[in-house]
Amino acid sequence: MINIIYRLKSPKFFEEAIEEVELDGVIVRPTYLSICQADQRYYQGSRPSDILTEKLPMALIHEAVGEVISDNENVFSPGDKVVMIPNTPLGDDGYRANYSKLSKFRGSGFDGFTRDLVSLNHDRLVSLPDDFDLKVSAFIELMTVAYQGIMKFKEFKTPFSNVLGVWGDGNLGYITALFLKQMCPESKVIVFGKHVENLNLFSFADDIYLIHDVPKDLKIDHAFECVGSAASQSAIEQIIDLINPQGTINLFGVSEYPIPVNTRMVLEKGLTLQGNSRSEREDFEGVVSILHNNPQLFSYLSKLITNVCEIRSIDDLKTSFDKDYISDFGKTILKWEI
Amino acid sequence: MIFAAILAGGIGSRMGGTDTPKQFLTLGDKPVIIHTIEKFVINSKFDKILVLSPQSFVNHTKNLIKEYFGENDNIIVLKGGDTRNDTLINSIEYIKENFEIGDDTVIVTHDSVRPFVTHRIIEDNINAAKEFGACDTVVPATDTIVESVDSKIISDIPIRDNFYQGQTPQSFKINKLSELINSLSDEETNILTDACKIFVLKGEDVHLVKGEITNIKITYPYDLKLANTILKETNHD
Repeated sequence: MINIIYRLKSPKFFEEAIEEVELDGVIVRPTYLSICQADQRYYQGSRPSDILTEKLPMALIHEAVGEVISDNENVFSPGDKVVMIPNTPLGDDGYRANYSKLSKFRGSGFDGFTRDLVSLNHDRLVSLPDDFDLKVSAFIELMTVAYQGIMKFKEFKTPFSNVLGVWGDGNLGYITALFLKQMCPESKVIVFGKHVENLNLFSFADDIYLIHDVPKDLKIDHAFECVGSAASQSAIEQIIDLINPQGTINLFGVSEYPIPVNTRMVLEKGLTLQGNSRSEREDFEGVVSILHNNPQLFSYLSKLITNVCEIRSIDDLKTSFDKDYISDFGKTILKWEI
Repeated sequence: MIFAAILAGGIGSRMGGTDTPKQFLTLGDKPVIIHTIEKFVINSKFDKILVLSPQSFVNHTKNLIKEYFGENDNIIVLKGGDTRNDTLINSIEYIKENFEIGDDTVIVTHDSVRPFVTHRIIEDNINAAKEFGACDTVVPATDTIVESVDSKIISDIPIRDNFYQGQTPQSFKINKLSELINSLSDEETNILTDACKIFVLKGEDVHLVKGEITNIKITYPYDLKLANTILKETNHD
């Protein structure tokens, strides 16, 4: 079938293109999509030029929900609401599929979800209950990244988990702190950030601190770094200062630059650094289950939505990216009407 | 009920250099008409998809459909008429003879040579036809429209902002369309080249559905060559 796809041709320049897709598998119409920092870095051209040359033109966006149009195996019915999994394993090398070199990722290794229709294998879709808020569900993928990091943290045997620190007052920090409160209810969750207006939204957290105003005697058992970019360095430095021995540091923040780490103190305290990126089917199922069982989370998560843009043309798509870029906080949701 | 009518009645006199109607030429690795039908087959809202084919190509069309879709009771191949309106009338008559239709029954008519139609455009057509009774898919005119009655001198240059280029689908409530067609005089029938114009001529509203510039009609050899080139260049997955 002929399909229309909307690709970023070069920074700030989208184009329509046509592709041919097979009708095998499930055909999904995207309904709500969400812009991620990674999309924004392509759009702004802030990735290294050789990466841009290699990857563009490419359809962006890896956070999206949609509606099933057809399924040749009738596993899904037309009209079913689904969240689409952007990671696409092309083989099994024994590693978790979101870290495997045999996997491709939409909006990074191949085309993302900005298309008229998307053709996916059955295992790349997770059904959503009818009562889910689809604007919030659009960024379930981001929640799955936090979820899989927390799940990995929970697998570690550590002496104490009384106090958990989250560094970063952006979208991922918010989601990670919110999910920690849900998934580790016995622990105290403290959020460290730089923007007081953002931190004030973390009303569910046990404590919030500005990073330059932390009490001298404050200690944490484990940390979740959700800062990214060059600022990761100072965040990791502060974490290593405040963390108790044998703590784990879960790293989520993406940086274009190598980040120096005080390894002397990592050794001295016996710390574990755990990298987290992307997610797999079990993380999507886990998040959908948590949201289903805790519907109050939707009202917290909806606070993250700062822009909802109706996309009826390529110009609308460009405008939505520009709007997203000037927003300090929150998610830009695209209502896909193109 | 909702019907689709893929209008493939034409023999492609503008295509040139080939005896095969343009809807049967290959785009990518399939005939153009198959790509077009696929857009309707995947949409479960359609109860039946009628494919109107030139008489000498009816069997060929049936064979193609069997090859690409297997035995599919939802796709019905019919003979087209001499003109676009005759083809449309054939499909309406077939529907009336074979199905129980009500005032809400909708027909979405589409050119077989517009395989780039999007799911959104088809959905918008169904919704607009249900709500308003008739709709046409259009894009704003980008070129200045120049009118010349004698083909020599400009008689008018209308304001471009008020002009749109018509695409397809065009969608209607069948009973209303049928009633209006039957009320046409012979003179009116002769000048009608567009189903929406029947509504306009009879003072009925036709609502606009936003088309896409990509929803091109494969009319000339250049269109097909261009489409094939773009398709080859941009298949990334």
